[in-house]
Amino acid sequence: MLKLNVNGKTRSVDVEGEMPLLFVLRDHLGLLGAKYGCGIGACGACTVHVDGMPVRSCGLPVSAAVGKKVVTIEGLSAKGMHALQKAWIEHEVPQCGYCQTGMLMSAAALLAAKPKPTDADIDQAMTNLCRCGTYTRVREAIHAVAKAPAKKAGA
Amino acid sequence: MELDRRAFLKASAAVGGGLALEFSFPLSAMAAKGLPPTEVNAWVVIHPDDRVVVRIARSEMGQGTYTALAQLVAEELDADWSKVSSEFASPNEHIRRKRIWGSMSTGGSQGVRSSQDYVRKAGAAARIMLVEAAAARWQVPAAECIGANSVVTHVASGRTLRYGQLAADAAKLTPPKDPPLRDAKDWKIAGKSKHRFDVPDKVLGKPVFGVDVMLPGMLHASIAQCPVFGGKVKSVDASAAEKMRGVKKVVREGDFVAVIADSWWRADQALQKLKIEWDEGANGNVSSESIMKLLRDGLADSNLAEARKVGAGATALAGAVKVVEAEYYSPYVNHATMEPQTCTAWFKADGTLEVWTSTQNAEASMAMAAETAGLPLEKVEVHKPMLGGGFGRRGAPQDFVKQGVLIAKAMPGTPVKMMWSRAEDMQHGYYRPASLVRMKAGLDAKGDVTAMQVGIACPSILALLRPEAINKGIDFTAVRTLSDMPYTIPNQQIDYAMRNPHVPVGFWRAPGLQNAYYRECFIDELAVAAGRDPLEYRLAMLKPGDKNRLVLEAVAKAANWGSPLPAGVHRGIAVSDGFGSYTAMVAEVSVSAKGELKVHRVVSAIDSGYVVNPDTCNAQSEGNIAFMVGATLYQENTVAKGRMVEANFDQFRLLGISEMPKVETVLVPTGGFWGGHGEPGALCVAPALCNAIFAATGKRIRSLPLKHHDLRKA
Repeated sequence: MLKLNVNGKTRSVDVEGEMPLLFVLRDHLGLLGAKYGCGIGACGACTVHVDGMPVRSCGLPVSAAVGKKVVTIEGLSAKGMHALQKAWIEHEVPQCGYCQTGMLMSAAALLAAKPKPTDADIDQAMTNLCRCGTYTRVREAIHAVAKAPAKKAGA
Repeated sequence: MELDRRAFLKASAAVGGGLALEFSFPLSAMAAKGLPPTEVNAWVVIHPDDRVVVRIARSEMGQGTYTALAQLVAEELDADWSKVSSEFASPNEHIRRKRIWGSMSTGGSQGVRSSQDYVRKAGAAARIMLVEAAAARWQVPAAECIGANSVVTHVASGRTLRYGQLAADAAKLTPPKDPPLRDAKDWKIAGKSKHRFDVPDKVLGKPVFGVDVMLPGMLHASIAQCPVFGGKVKSVDASAAEKMRGVKKVVREGDFVAVIADSWWRADQALQKLKIEWDEGANGNVSSESIMKLLRDGLADSNLAEARKVGAGATALAGAVKVVEAEYYSPYVNHATMEPQTCTAWFKADGTLEVWTSTQNAEASMAMAAETAGLPLEKVEVHKPMLGGGFGRRGAPQDFVKQGVLIAKAMPGTPVKMMWSRAEDMQHGYYRPASLVRMKAGLDAKGDVTAMQVGIACPSILALLRPEAINKGIDFTAVRTLSDMPYTIPNQQIDYAMRNPHVPVGFWRAPGLQNAYYRECFIDELAVAAGRDPLEYRLAMLKPGDKNRLVLEAVAKAANWGSPLPAGVHRGIAVSDGFGSYTAMVAEVSVSAKGELKVHRVVSAIDSGYVVNPDTCNAQSEGNIAFMVGATLYQENTVAKGRMVEANFDQFRLLGISEMPKVETVLVPTGGFWGGHGEPGALCVAPALCNAIFAATGKRIRSLPLKHHDLRKA
C-alpha cells in the first residue's frame, strides 16, 4: 500500500510503484480531471501540482509522489473556483476542453510563481498543447487574472 | 444544472438499460423536483419551476452547437435565458420515436445550419401552444396574449401565467403546422454571445468526456491493431501478459488484440508484453514514395474522370499569350484529437447493450454497436459524452465502437472502457488524403485567365466511407473548390484521378481544403505572372454580388491591404467558399535571415448568412487558424513498410501558444442563407500563409508541410 497526499487528503492505494501518477489518480482514485493525451509528457493534458510545481503526471512514477503534496484540478480551489477558472469561463477559453484542466494547472503554477507574467513568461510556462487552438484566450485569461485587484489565488 | 452528463451517467448506471428504454426523461430531472417536467414537443421540455431544457441531437466537441441550438429554440420560445439548459436527446429514444430529432450527425459544419429551421419551428410552436393554453385558462382570445421571457401575459388585463404553470396544458394542444419565425433583426437571445453551457464543467475538471465514464465494476482495455492497414492477427502468445497484475483477459479479434485489466495502465503494460505475429496482407511494402508514384501515374492517366468542363476546356490553352504551370502536393494528416478514440460498452444481464462513446454521429455508433453485437437497435443505447475533439475523426468511421463492443462482448455483464494509446491513435487514423494536383493556366495579353486545366490525383474518402455518394467516378470532396471555382474563367477542364492506396482516408476538418491551398496559391502565381495585385486580380475575376467578393473586400479593409507594414512583414491573401459560408483571409508573416517563419497576424472575414453566437464563431475562427497554421508548418503522416511512421506529438507537432498569431475575425453576415463556422475558417489559412511567404521570400511553396522547405531568401 502506498500513501499519497492528494488534494489535502491521505489516500491509500494498492498499486505498483512504477505506475504513473496519472493512472493512479484516474483509475484508482476516481479523480478524472487530469487527462491522458500522449503518455510521453509532450501535451500536458495530465498536468497536476506536486509540491506546488506543475508536473506531467503521465511520466511520474507514483512512488515519486509519496510524501509530497499532490493537487489536481479537483483540488485547485479549496472552495468554489480559482480565479483562473472564473476567468476561463468569462473568456470562454475551452472549446472541446480536454486539455484545459492541464492548461489551468500550468497557469495556476505560473501565477503562483510569477503573479504578473509577461507574454514571454506565458510562452515559456504554457507548453501544454491544445488541438482546438484556444491559445489566444488562454493568454488573455491569464493576463486578466494577473491584472485583477490583488486577491488570494484560490479564493 | 440537474441534467448534466454526470447526473445522466450516474442515473443510467444506477438504473441500467431500462432507463433509456422506459423513460422519456432522464430520471435525475424528475427526481430533482418531485414533479415531472413536461415535454411540450420533442425539443422543448419545461419544468414546473420554469426551467427549460432544450434537447440537442448533434454532438458537442467544443464548437458550441450544444448552446447555439438552445439559443435558437429559446429565441422562438421567448424563454427566460437564465432558466434554459440543454441535454442530449437519447439515440435509443430517437430510433423508437422514428428519428424525431432529425440528423444526429455532427460534421460538415452542419450542426446549426442544417437544424436551424426545425429547431426554431419547435421553439415557435411551443410558444404558440403555451399562449393558447393561457388563453384557454383565461377564456380570452389567444391573439390578446403574448408569450415573452417565459411568461404569458394577457395584455388587456395584465394577468400573467408562467411557462411552468402552462406546460402540461400546452402539451395537450395540437401543434401549429408552420409557425412563423422571427426576423434575425429582432433576435434577443440568438445572435448574442451567450456563455456556452458546457464550459463551467470543463474548467472544473468534471468527468464529461468519453474517457471519463466510470461504471460499477468497470474494467479497462488497451488495444493493438495490425500496424499495416488491412492486415490480420496471425498468432498471439499471451502467456507473459496473462500473468501480469490486474490482467483479466486477452481478446483476439480479426485485426486487433486487446488486453482487459483493472486499470488502463496495467492493460497497456500487458499489451506491450504480448508477442503478436501479424499477417500484414498485401500492403507491407507501401511507402510514401510508392503512394506518390501512384498519384503521379494517376495524373498521367489519359482517361480521367471529368469533374467539370467550361467552354472549350483545356484546348483553349492553345490560344494563350502566356502559360503558367505548377504542381502542388499535400501529405496525409491525422486528426489527432486530444482525447484518443474510446468506447465503453456493457452487455447487460437483461440482454441490452449500453455504449458510451465520444461520437460525432450517435446513430452511426448505434448502428455499429447493434450490428457488431448482433442485437436489434431497440436493445442498444448509446450515451454521448462530450468529445475531446472531433474534427471528423469520430463521425463516419465507427471503428472504435466496433472494437469497444467486441472487447466488452468477451466480458458479458461487465462494463469495459477501451481507450487507444496515442500511438494507436496516430497510426490508425482516417487521414486527410494526400493529394497531387497539376494546374495549367493560359493568360491573355492583359494577364487575365482565359483557360485553366487542373488534374487532381487524390484518394477518395467517399470510396471508403460513403461509396454510394460517388457520382460518375467523382468524389466531390476530392475535387471541390477546383471544380466549382467562383472565378469567371471562360474555359476550364477539371479532371480527377481516383487513386486509393491502403491508407484509410476520412473527413478531416474542411474535407477537400487542400484544393483551396492549391487554387489560391496558383491564382497568386498567376497574379504575379500578370504583374498585378493579388487582391485586384481576384476581384477582377469575381462577378458583382458574388459573396466571395464581399468577404475579400471585408478582409482587405480590416487588414488594410496595400498599406505599409513594419519592415520585414509581408502579406498574403486568399478567398474560398465552403460549408455554406464564404471566407477570405490575410496573413502577415516575416521570415528571418535564417529562414525562421513568424506568423504575426491573421485577419479572417466570414459571411455565414446568420450568426447565432458571435463569440463562438470567433472562437471557431481562432481554432481553425491554430489548427491550420500547425498543419501547414509541421503536420504530415508518412508511410513506410505499409504502416504509419509518426507515433506521437514529438513527431507530429501541434502549434504551441508561443506560435499562435494574433487573430482578428470579421463577421459579415449578409442574411438569406445559413453557412457553417466549424470548418470554413480553415480553408484560407495555408494559401494566405504561403502567399505571404512568397511575398516575403520570393519562394513559392508548392508542397506541405513547411518544415521541409528552406525559407531563406533565394
